Amino acid sequence: MREVLEVNGLSKRFGGFTAVSEVSFKLQEGEILGLIGPNGSGKSTTFNLIAGLHAPSGGSVRLHGEEIGGLAPAAICHRGIARTFQIPRPFRKLSLLENVAIAAFYGQDQKVSREKAYADAADALGLVQLPGGPDARVDGLGAAGLKKLELARALATQPKVLLADESLGGLDHAEMEQAADMLAMIRREKGITIIWVEHIMGVLMRVVDRCIVLDHGEVIAQGKPAEVAHDPKVIEVYLGTDAAEVQQTVADRAA
Amino acid sequence: MKYLLLALLAGTPFYGIGNYPLHLVIMCLLWGYVYTSWSIMGRLGLVSFGHGSFLGIGAYSVVMLWNHFGVSPWIGAVVGVVLSAVVAVIIGFPCFRFKIVGHYFALVTLALSEVTRLIIVALRDQTGGSLGATPNTALAQGNAWSFGALQFSDKIVWFYAILAVWLAGLWVWAKVDRGMTRLALEAISHEEEAAASIGINVTRSKLFVTLISAVMTSIGGALYAQYQLYINPETVSGISISLQMVFGVIAGGMYVMLGPTVGAVFTLLLAEGLRLALGDAFKQFPALDLAIYGLMLVLFIIHMPKGILGTAQEAWGRASRPH
Repeated sequence: MREVLEVNGLSKRFGGFTAVSEVSFKLQEGEILGLIGPNGSGKSTTFNLIAGLHAPSGGSVRLHGEEIGGLAPAAICHRGIARTFQIPRPFRKLSLLENVAIAAFYGQDQKVSREKAYADAADALGLVQLPGGPDARVDGLGAAGLKKLELARALATQPKVLLADESLGGLDHAEMEQAADMLAMIRREKGITIIWVEHIMGVLMRVVDRCIVLDHGEVIAQGKPAEVAHDPKVIEVYLGTDAAEVQQTVADRAA
Repeated sequence: MKYLLLALLAGTPFYGIGNYPLHLVIMCLLWGYVYTSWSIMGRLGLVSFGHGSFLGIGAYSVVMLWNHFGVSPWIGAVVGVVLSAVVAVIIGFPCFRFKIVGHYFALVTLALSEVTRLIIVALRDQTGGSLGATPNTALAQGNAWSFGALQFSDKIVWFYAILAVWLAGLWVWAKVDRGMTRLALEAISHEEEAAASIGINVTRSKLFVTLISAVMTSIGGALYAQYQLYINPETVSGISISLQMVFGVIAGGMYVMLGPTVGAVFTLLLAEGLRLALGDAFKQFPALDLAIYGLMLVLFIIHMPKGILGTAQEAWGRASRPH
């Protein structure tokens, strides 16, 4: 397997506070990597560093061997990394199709025609099962629909790597299961490599190939779901009384 | 339908309405063009109180170059356009790069239009200061017009010239309206970070519409100077004219093509009406019109945010829909 993304010694300090400290990991082509940890553990900051929203204080981010750390968000999108936001950020005045069409138009690496952008947008909306008609508006969408729109918008930029920030739920259990299935489906259909940020471990464990656990901005464990779920340090700082349940999920998956 | 209305409008000089009403129609078209220019960026979340600056640069460039150096207003207008573009970049780039938006953007641009007015006043030896300036006439010895000096004694010439410019302004508006840039800027004005995350270059997109808007406004300033043959710092720069533009566009309707023009007609009728109704009181309180604009602006924003034309179209749409 080929390496897509390599994060090495990534750090971010906000004044005296170190949000992310020396985080390193590698992402293999086609895998789904879970990035998990309690609230405030630095998941979203790590994510924003890769997506270019913050410039790193130290360390490097390489996409296919090329350094992309510190590039602006738009440039990173053009390189092939798309993201969704924790709290959905739809463009409310635009139709669903327009929301996604501008992503297809401006986000792809090469210049595309308007017609192709609209066609790509319709595809992306179809993939996440949202209506692509000219009258479909953002206002009719619930929390799950808005999450799907985030995904469609990211996918329309034709990324190599998708950063899916799902950490601030708002979804019920069935909707979370659906979201997990959708990410699995996206990987299957499009061959996109995915980093999935989540703070509820249960659902994620069903789908990811590997996970990385962050606490206080540091990596405290990484490996396959089964290894991580039984890691004593992870159980201590993060899983606590939920450990048994998460371990059961992993066991069910293996069965 | 729309071509019929346009033909009707184009026939205006031949209805025997007299010079003063024709002058009012020309002014409506000229200000309609300027307001349209403003709205190209204003409707996309870039509410500028600085367009008095571009108007002033356009007007004073032609008159100063003509009066002091004998440079044709055609070239003067080009110089004004270039200067306006430079000023737009100097103000726009840092604002857009460092995410100065909304009220803060309005404040920065407000300062710009005041600074322009103060510069014009301060250079009184060249500009005539607060007393204003008149382009040297090229119409001596019985000439009725001079193409090179862009001076025409006949209002009909001006009517068609400004009608053409107004139509060109509407064309640009419609072009931007249908383009992907509009969608990108709508996205930016709602969710700047999300827009950047899908590959939109925020600074470049904003600069693009700002440049179009500034350049068009500058041309409006040049036309105003040549048509009126008199400019002063108050009428083409400063807070008052900038506020009037914002007010006019919001009153007319920001999101429809003819909204700014309807706003120009409304503003002009309001100004003429106030002048007639208040008479001497108007002269005693020189800022009275400004106060009334401000008050009405607040009322419009609260009660009719889509403006006169936008609201009328909505009502028309509701009435004509089958029940």
